[in-house]
Amino acid sequence: MKKAGFTQAWLPILLLVPQLSIILIFFYWPAAQAVQSSFYLQDPFGFGSTFVGADNYTDLLGNAEYKRIAWFTVIFTVSVTFLSLSLALLLAVKADKVIRGAKGYRTLLMWVYAVAPPVAGFIGLIMFNQSWGPITRTFAALGHDLKIGVNYWDTAGAMIAVSVWKQIPVNFIFFLSGLQSIPRSVREAALIDNRSASSRFWGVTFPLLAPTGFFLLIINITYALFDTFGVIDTLVKGEPGNNPMTLVYKVYVDGFRGNDLGGSSAQSVILMVLVLALTVFQFRMVERRIHYT
Amino acid sequence: MKKLTLASAALTALWTGAAFAETEITWWHAMGGDLGETVNQIAADFNASQDEYKITPVFKGSYEETLTAGIAAFRAGEQPNIMQVFDAGAATVIGAKGATVPVQDLLTENGVDFDINDYISGVRYFYADADGKMIGMPFNSSSPIMYYNVDALAAAGVTAPKTWEEFQTVTAPALKEAGYTALSQSHLPWIFTENFMSRHNLPFATNDNGYTGTDTKILVNNDAIKAHFTAVTEWQDQGYFEWFGTGWGDNQTPFEEGKVAIWLGSSGSFGGLANKDLGFEFSADYLPYWEAVTEAPTQTFIGGAALFAMAGKSDAENKATAAFFEYMTKPETQYFWHQETGYVPITEAAYDLAKADGHYDRSPAAEVGIKQLSLPAGDYTKGYRMGFYVQIRDVMNREYGRILTGETSVEDAFNAIEKEANELLARFAKTQG
Repeated sequence: MKKAGFTQAWLPILLLVPQLSIILIFFYWPAAQAVQSSFYLQDPFGFGSTFVGADNYTDLLGNAEYKRIAWFTVIFTVSVTFLSLSLALLLAVKADKVIRGAKGYRTLLMWVYAVAPPVAGFIGLIMFNQSWGPITRTFAALGHDLKIGVNYWDTAGAMIAVSVWKQIPVNFIFFLSGLQSIPRSVREAALIDNRSASSRFWGVTFPLLAPTGFFLLIINITYALFDTFGVIDTLVKGEPGNNPMTLVYKVYVDGFRGNDLGGSSAQSVILMVLVLALTVFQFRMVERRIHYT
Repeated sequence: MKKLTLASAALTALWTGAAFAETEITWWHAMGGDLGETVNQIAADFNASQDEYKITPVFKGSYEETLTAGIAAFRAGEQPNIMQVFDAGAATVIGAKGATVPVQDLLTENGVDFDINDYISGVRYFYADADGKMIGMPFNSSSPIMYYNVDALAAAGVTAPKTWEEFQTVTAPALKEAGYTALSQSHLPWIFTENFMSRHNLPFATNDNGYTGTDTKILVNNDAIKAHFTAVTEWQDQGYFEWFGTGWGDNQTPFEEGKVAIWLGSSGSFGGLANKDLGFEFSADYLPYWEAVTEAPTQTFIGGAALFAMAGKSDAENKATAAFFEYMTKPETQYFWHQETGYVPITEAAYDLAKADGHYDRSPAAEVGIKQLSLPAGDYTKGYRMGFYVQIRDVMNREYGRILTGETSVEDAFNAIEKEANELLARFAKTQG
């Protein structure tokens, strides 16, 4: 059999050059810059700078507010990931069973995917408006005085709610296609063996959805950590105040609002390490235990 | 942002190609909405008034966004000729020697008469260096003043309070009786901190409020201001005061809706309020003070922003910038700006013109800001200069929010503010090294 391949060694490299240069210019180069500037304190306009060693890092780790933000980021990420995955799974399982008007339901469940994060945040602002927001009124009727932008946990709740709402459609699409790719024969066999719908779900369907679920888990953690920026920025109206914020928003606040390039770079580097750890975790620890068919 | 810079560069190039003898300059500003329209009007009038220069104003978002965009552009060598920088960013832009051409030098080198004493006293030195040389040209100058609902105060049978003592013993209880929340305010660091200091002539930072050095320490943790915030929490408990979050508008809206009787806002809010159909008559007065702290209250700081001439431009463009500044400081231009927006006129001549024209006879409240800025000065009222001040304000906002939601005590909050602010100042000092 004839082996297909390049006859010249330089050709594949040449073909890779555009891709590689994009990665180098738009990823490695800024990342290296961030690492470098995290060891300096620099005048925003670029006139003066002082090498401060690891001071930017030790300042961060000794800062009570930074710890508080890190802790909130954990709570936020876990809540958003758990809620958007579980609600999407519930909706997907229910939508999978619908026969009449299935397409209509699915479209209704998916359209939110097309909403841009700042727009989602803005819709949240309207729904949670202090004086006339429908959700605020509902809570008032239930006896809770919801105050977005004033009360820390009320604001946190609104951020989580909007972020979850925005993410459910993506998860829904994946879960639904995951469900539909489970062979009919397997389902029918399970139906004969077990009458209980819930134990059929947990014993057969759920493990078969595991690859999809794991993929979504990583996607959702990344979403909650990084892509919720627009939602948060809109909900706090660009004024951090005493509102909760995530680590990514803090990078923006210090770097782009406060012009503290050194401190903000140190925070970016910490996040880079976090993403790296997450990726290693994904490939080393969990992939082995999930079986793709 | 890169895209935007490219786009604006491309546009600039297009315009340059189209024009013949005109020198083109750009002006990045943070004036949105109605204010932006007024800015465009001033630019258009300037362009129409002569045919040597052409200025193009570009709206760049909030104050913070404009400053950041300007810094990024400067580092890329694409800076505009004129950049608007707000009060809290003054230390950043003035600290970066070589980023701007001091307006005083720019004007004198281009043959424009300049005398700092032409400017009203509250405006003169905020954007100046330690020697009193003007670095940034004050543009939209405002001061926090007290707006009140005339109908509400009449219904409660009280007049606008002069002091906080009067407010808490007479005004607020009567307003509560009449069914109003007495007070809200829109910017705790600006109104209840910076201008609390200047109104009572208290030192705000070491090194002459930060003007004479960078090893500055903040002096915010003092008994007078802590007593003030303790009083504010008591007013909150008694239903005299309500806080609606850090956002400016969230605190202004209840006043416009007639729920809150007294609102502390900017003198620059006047134009906006006057254009709205509020359903009640409003007026304004000086920011109250504590008689227990001082018997002789002083002027407030100017807030708002100034225009800086960015360095690295050709002599011809700098000449155009100087010509625009000359046009902008003309009494007629200043009066137009003052009338449209409520920002104070920055020169004595413009103030005289407004008086002569009867502007304050028609709307007396429009004069409050400038009168307050013209009150007697004190040792600590010319301004403050602190690096990373945007972040220091964020720390204040955070801690004040916690005080007002019961998450922390006044004592702990001010300890935290002092500690974090001093850390930020020390960090800023290193950026200047």
